[in-house]
Amino acid sequence: MTPTLQAFVLVSGALFSIGLLAALSRRHAIFILIGIELMLAAANLNFIAFWHFAPQPHQPTGVMFAIFSIAISAAEAAIGLAMVIAVYRHYHTTNVDQLDQLKG
Amino acid sequence: MNNAAFILVAILTLAAALAAATLRKLMHAALSFAAALVGLAAFFFLLGAEFVGLALVFIYIGAVAVLIVFTILLTRRDVGKDRGFNWAGVLIALAVFCGLTWSILKTQSLSIVAPHIRALTVKRIGEALMTGYVWPLQCVGLLLTAALIGALILVMEEKR
Repeated sequence: MTPTLQAFVLVSGALFSIGLLAALSRRHAIFILIGIELMLAAANLNFIAFWHFAPQPHQPTGVMFAIFSIAISAAEAAIGLAMVIAVYRHYHTTNVDQLDQLKG
Repeated sequence: MNNAAFILVAILTLAAALAAATLRKLMHAALSFAAALVGLAAFFFLLGAEFVGLALVFIYIGAVAVLIVFTILLTRRDVGKDRGFNWAGVLIALAVFCGLTWSILKTQSLSIVAPHIRALTVKRIGEALMTGYVWPLQCVGLLLTAALIGALILVMEEKR
């Protein structure tokens, strides 16, 4: 017996929810970035799973989507972490609740 | 691909991801994040996408996780721990999880077994990248270059 597409999509949904939990509930900027990366990883798992279970999986479309998505999330991580370091230099904190200078 | 391997990898991935989301020490969370990515790469191997699994290991564990660890070390004076915890976020994440699970379980067309497929070789991926996907490939190259130069400029010391 082999796992069905449903099992993979369920795991992907759970991974997405965990990423959302990290992004919404933690107050440290690096945790928020980790949460966003987890959500992107869940999306990549969905791409690969739907490609694998497609009726005609000869076209590598899902794999291409996953490769480009990985490249873009690497760029996103580099920019995000650079912003964390820049914010830390200016405010000496990485807690996103304390970065409230624009608050009215 | 059998059920035992799937369940094992699923438990490893979800437990490591949950640890990354909830552990109080940042460094432990970053290492759990790397473990979760190892599990994800194992999923890609199970699904027959070996190239993407290897790329995931190289890019995420080799670059992104190391970058996160470096950032933690560079910003360490600001307590290694995360004190605040927003319970509204937990509620929202739980609601999203329940909604997703309910809708996935309701969808009948998802309970299919994989068709028998030819293995996807690196040669075919390379051919596809160099023929049908040349423009996206060039755009991603440009984006990565711009993003890395931008990251360098962001963290450069300001000289006065």
